[in-house]
Amino acid sequence: MNKEEYQKLVKDYTPKEKKLENALIAFVSGGSVGLIGAIIYTILLNFDIQSKTANIWTIIILIFLASLATSLCFFDKWVNKARCGLIVPITGFAHSVTSSALDYKKDGLITGLGSNIFKLAGSVIIYGVISAYVLTIIGVIFNVKF
Amino acid sequence: MSSFKYTNVYLNNYYTLASKLEQQGNLKKINYIIDDYYFEEKTFEQAEIKMQQLVIDKILSEYHNQVDLVFGGELSNQIATTSYSLAKYNFPVIGIYSACATFNESLILAANMIDSSQINNALTITSSHALNTEKQFRYPVEYGAPKPERSTITATGAVSCILSSKKSPIKITASTIGKVIDYGIKDAFNMGAVMAPAAAETLYDHLLDLNKKITDYDLVLTGDLGIVGSKLFKEYLLKKYDLKIKKHIDAGEILYKKEQKLNAGSSGPCTLPLVLFNKILKEKKYSKILLLATGSLHSPVVVNQKLPIPSISHAISLEVNLDALS
Repeated sequence: MNKEEYQKLVKDYTPKEKKLENALIAFVSGGSVGLIGAIIYTILLNFDIQSKTANIWTIIILIFLASLATSLCFFDKWVNKARCGLIVPITGFAHSVTSSALDYKKDGLITGLGSNIFKLAGSVIIYGVISAYVLTIIGVIFNVKF
Repeated sequence: MSSFKYTNVYLNNYYTLASKLEQQGNLKKINYIIDDYYFEEKTFEQAEIKMQQLVIDKILSEYHNQVDLVFGGELSNQIATTSYSLAKYNFPVIGIYSACATFNESLILAANMIDSSQINNALTITSSHALNTEKQFRYPVEYGAPKPERSTITATGAVSCILSSKKSPIKITASTIGKVIDYGIKDAFNMGAVMAPAAAETLYDHLLDLNKKITDYDLVLTGDLGIVGSKLFKEYLLKKYDLKIKKHIDAGEILYKKEQKLNAGSSGPCTLPLVLFNKILKEKKYSKILLLATGSLHSPVVVNQKLPIPSISHAISLEVNLDALS
């Protein structure tokens, strides 16, 4: 049996992930996060807050709630059930930072927490910044606002 | 040829420790259960050191003789857990690593030296901690990323054994040291597929070297292939060597119960010894057992560089006197 034959065998014997089911769960759970965000946003607007400020407050509140749930040790269980629904929104970003911080805080403030806190979120930040940079240049050249 | 026959090596004693998750599985009469992953320590790494020291302390208190040599290893970087836990004692130590095949590697080294009368007895130690491996090989513990169905969970536990030439119901009769096998699998979640060819090749070498037949064994017990790897192992043997195993059990597949829904099963260096001592030997059904421990020899760094994952498997054959077994 050569490598190719074996790899084909592995493909046949490895259980397929339930992609459709996972996608549906993520659609519903991710949508619920969006709904919660919209509710917070509407409530904030009622307090005579400008829409731009209300936007920022909504994000801050969601980040806080997700981080709190992570540090109280139950967000990871939700993530497992909700699939990508909680990871893709801003809650997932908060969760990745908090979970890394919790994991590495015992390895020291500099060598542990400081250098590992963006272990997972680092890629999101760096590629987020780069795409913002590219989009802004495109926006300036073609005079469009994103 | 990398197979050895032994005339005078016995496994005299063992002590097992596991967490509650393993206790809820198919294991019986685990010597010591830990309630939580911290085991009253500040970090998981320190908890694993304490787990190792506890099993060594217990086995030494039951076995008063001086230990000539210790063979130990587990999954931590630089096998730090073993080194730190053995710093407490005053024994000569050989630290070893072959991932989840470490248990068999320690038995083979100890058996070789005992059979050639270089040492009188040896102590072996191995352990694994679910959250330490999670942190080292995968994501931060609290991240809780969803796992695919083909993945295995690392069992938490520690196992120590005493080997000597003093007679006991468990006789070690032969062993085979495996080769590093690479079948081009790059998926670190699918460790069963990575390790299955290694187990099959070592089994074939073992039978060939020692002129044995597969029917000579009542049971072939593989280490931690899991549900996916077990199927591949049997299929590979059948297709390549036309070998059909009479009775095959995979320790990783049966450690946890199906209801626990832990994907493809259990992995980790302590999976095989836990299932051997706390299930197979307690059932007293099989006398001639071939242990095929399997190890996936990857490092997260090289996996990120997209290289295929090498694997290894070491074989140990046991002859158990079922009537005398306690």
